Formats: sequence, C-alpha cells, structure tokens
Amino acid sequence: MDIALALAWIRALAAAVERHRDELTALDTAIGDGDHGANLSRGFTAVTAALDAPDAPEPATVGAVLTRTGTILLSKVGGASGPLYGSAFRAMGAPLDGPTATPAELADALAAGLAALRDLGGAVPGDKTVVDAWTPAVAAFRAAAPAGLAAAAAAAADAAERGAEDTVPLQARKGRASYLGPRSIGHRDPGAASTALIFRALADATHSAGG
Amino acid sequence: MKKLINTPESVLPDALAGFAAAHPELTVDLDARVISRSARPAVPKVALVSGGGSGHEPLHAGFVGPGMLDAACPGEVFTSPVPDQVLAAAQAVHSGAGVLFVVKNYTGDVMNFRLAAELAAEEGIEVATVLVDDDVAVEDSTWTAGRRGTGATVAVEKLAGALAERGAPLAEVAALGARVNAASRSFAVALGPATTPAAGKPGFELPDDEIEVGVGIHGEPGRRREPLRPAHLLVAEVVDTILADHHLAAGDEVIALVNGMGATPLLELYVVFGEVHARLAERGIRIARNLVGNYVTSLDMAGFSLTLTRADPQVLELWDAPVATPALRWS
Repeated sequence: MDIALALAWIRALAAAVERHRDELTALDTAIGDGDHGANLSRGFTAVTAALDAPDAPEPATVGAVLTRTGTILLSKVGGASGPLYGSAFRAMGAPLDGPTATPAELADALAAGLAALRDLGGAVPGDKTVVDAWTPAVAAFRAAAPAGLAAAAAAAADAAERGAEDTVPLQARKGRASYLGPRSIGHRDPGAASTALIFRALADATHSAGG
Repeated sequence: MKKLINTPESVLPDALAGFAAAHPELTVDLDARVISRSARPAVPKVALVSGGGSGHEPLHAGFVGPGMLDAACPGEVFTSPVPDQVLAAAQAVHSGAGVLFVVKNYTGDVMNFRLAAELAAEEGIEVATVLVDDDVAVEDSTWTAGRRGTGATVAVEKLAGALAERGAPLAEVAALGARVNAASRSFAVALGPATTPAAGKPGFELPDDEIEVGVGIHGEPGRRREPLRPAHLLVAEVVDTILADHHLAAGDEVIALVNGMGATPLLELYVVFGEVHARLAERGIRIARNLVGNYVTSLDMAGFSLTLTRADPQVLELWDAPVATPALRWS
C-alpha cells in the first residue's frame, strides 16, 4: 500500500458511508438510537473535506493518512463510534511510518486497530459490536497476506461482511443495544455493518488500483 | 416527520442560537458548543461540567447557573459531545480548584469524557468524574454496558452544584455526587416513541393500547411491551420495581422526580405524582421534596420516568440551597 492507495481507501470509505447512510440508520433505529448513519456521514464528510483542502499538508507516510482520518473522526463524530473508529484509525496509522506498507505490515496495523477498539470499548467477540466484524477481517487479511494485498483485502472484506451478518442471532452485551436484552436478537449490529464497509472500501480501492 | 426545524443537520446550532438569545445571562460559545456561566467565581471553586447528547432538554444546558452546573456541552441529538468540546467546557470554567465531570453512563459518553479528562490532565486541569447509572430497567452486570444514567442526573447536578458553590474541595464534591447517584433509582414507561430528526421515523411502532416498559431516554424500545392500564396500576408497578431494587424502608424520606419524556401533558404527570405519593405512603415512605415536569426528556417521546433519591439531612439542606438556572430556580 502506498500513500495514494491509503487516500483512495479513505475516499472509497467516505463514499460508501454516504451510500449506506440510510441503511446504517435503519439498523441503528431497530436496536439503538437511529443516528449511526448520520454520525458517520458527518465524520467522513469532515475527513474528505480535510484531505481535499487546498492547504492540506501532503501526507508523507501511509500512517499519516490514517492518523489524520482518526483524529478528525475523534473530534467530529461523538457517540461511541467517534472514539472507537477514531482510536482505531489512529492506532492503525501509528506503526505505518513509511511511504509504503507491505501486506504483512498492514495486517499488523489492522490488528493494532482491533486492539484499540477492544481496549476502549471493552468488547469481546460475541458481544454484538464492531469487534465481531473486525476480528475475522484481521484474521482473514493476515492469512491471505502472503498472496498479496488484493487477495488479503478481498478476503478481509468477505470475512467482515460475514462477521456482521453473524451478529444477527446474538444478544448485545455492549453498547446501547444491550439495554434491549433479548430483544436485540434478530438484528444486524450497525457498528459491525459499518466495519464491513471499512474493509469492503479497502478491497474496492485496492482492486481499482490494480492490486 | 413533523418538526419545528429548518434542516435535520442544523437542529443543534439553531437551538443553541435560540438558547443564547433567550438567556443573555449565560455565555454561549456557538462554535465550541459550550454553555457556561458568564461570571467567574471570586474565589476558586470546583467547576461542574456536564454534557451529553441533545434531545434531553432542559438537561444539561438548562441547569447551568449559580448553584448547579458551571458549563454544559451538548452533542448532536442523542450523540455524546466530542472530547475537544468537553475540554473546551472545562477550560472555560476551570478556576483552579479542579473540574467535576457529571457523566451519564452510556458507552459513547463514557469514552468521550474519558478522552477529554486525559486531554485536560495534559493541560494541568485536575478532573474527577461522577458516573450516573440509576436506571433499574437495565440489569447491571460486568457483561453489559451497565445501567443507564437518567433522572438521577438532575439530583446529582443540583446537590453537587450546591456543595461546590460553598467551596468544598473536588474530592468531597465528587464523593457527594457518587453518593447521590448510589441513593437514586429510576424507571421509565413510554406511551409513544421518539423521532430523531436524523432518522425522520419513530424509534418503534406502538399500537394504541400498548406501552413500552423500561425505556431509556434515547427513543429505543424498552425491556418489554405491555397493555396500557389505568395510572394507579401502572404507577404501582413502577414504584414497586424501583423499591425492589432500592433498599428503602418505612420511615425513609425521598426526593421524588416525576419526569415527562417530552410529549406528556403536565396534567397527566400530576396524576402520576398523586399515585406515586399514595403508593409510597402505603409503604411508609415520605416524599420530602419533589419535582414534577419535563427535566430529562427524550425528544417527543410520550411517557414518564420516576426517580427516587433517598434523602438525609445533608441532601435536603443542599437541595434547598439557592439555584438560578433556566430550568431550576429557587432562592
């Protein structure tokens, strides 16, 4: 991954958030408070505005793109998703301190993002949260990394989407959906759904860049 | 969706501009989204800062003023404020005696205030936090997000605010806040859903003859759905649910808050208060002080919540101390 691809990933993600905004809101209305789509949209609109600003500093490393994205999410989104995704992107950016990153390095960065999510939110797999999509995505990415970035990103996107779908039968134990108790069963977790968008955007951007 | 708004995106800035125009005695920073007292304390005092998602008005901005909060930072509707915003509020009112964050126990609020406390510490501002988690509808366990913070927030902010006004140190004000929270329990019932401007649709659908029992303050469905029944039966169940969790005994005194969720007529809230009063009297529990009205709302949700705070001489004396805020005011 180079800096241009990192930027393409974030732009693809911002576009995906906009396309899926109403769907995320509908998922959140069922078991949360109905603002996940609006909050992420506000955050990623600010991210793309900052990246495209005429006076925006030219990122010198792959990590700088991700760290900047995380910082803006942290200061714009609020709720639980702002600190969680903000911290995850900042944690991913920290180790990627060169102009390019190998698939193995990116796998480590994605794992660092997952560690940040788990540290801040305290969720474990099965709690019906972002962790349920992020965990299998990191594992799939790492397993496919030797085959190259395109293969790893595609495998991670598929795994994240399966992980999000697998939250449907779970009873939420973290976040606002947990207040519903057994009534949270039967719904896809909105955070896991937006995590699937993050990994699908990575796969799409990688595919468009020719692997 | 029928709402008195310009656009869903501009609800918060538009409401803040209106709040600023209506309350020239307070300072409203429209960019930082911070409401604070205009006068700085003559001698350093503990500054109380609270905040949370919007949609719960008058909480929290309506409780800024002498005797209660020093600053409030409202987030987007049902969305906690961001760390920079909480930090800006702390900086605006810090006078050298430390800052107490009053935080309702929601995943987002806890994380954003925790990050803000870390930022404040880096700037040399001492911060303590009181977590409010009074809602008995949520089972408390290490495997969940824990109980929600709801109506007890008013008592915590009032009583801790009164103590801070007298120059008590940060640790003492924080300890009182925690004690008031521990002495408080709440439970809520919805007759109708709330509609967030962003979603444009109600959070749940409810037939004419059914209610949601054990709801929170974010428009989400409650623990279960039940048939509507007369107020005395409904209130008896709410009181009993709280008492089952709240070790109150005959002879105890409480502060009772009968709180409207946003779309409930005051007439009905007084019906509820009458039933609460009667049910508690049967148990030998006396309501020493009360509030009846809309204090911790959930947009346009219909229904009510009941909060019972065990009173003791210190609590009552602090409750009676003067307060001068947009929503709570006595001398």
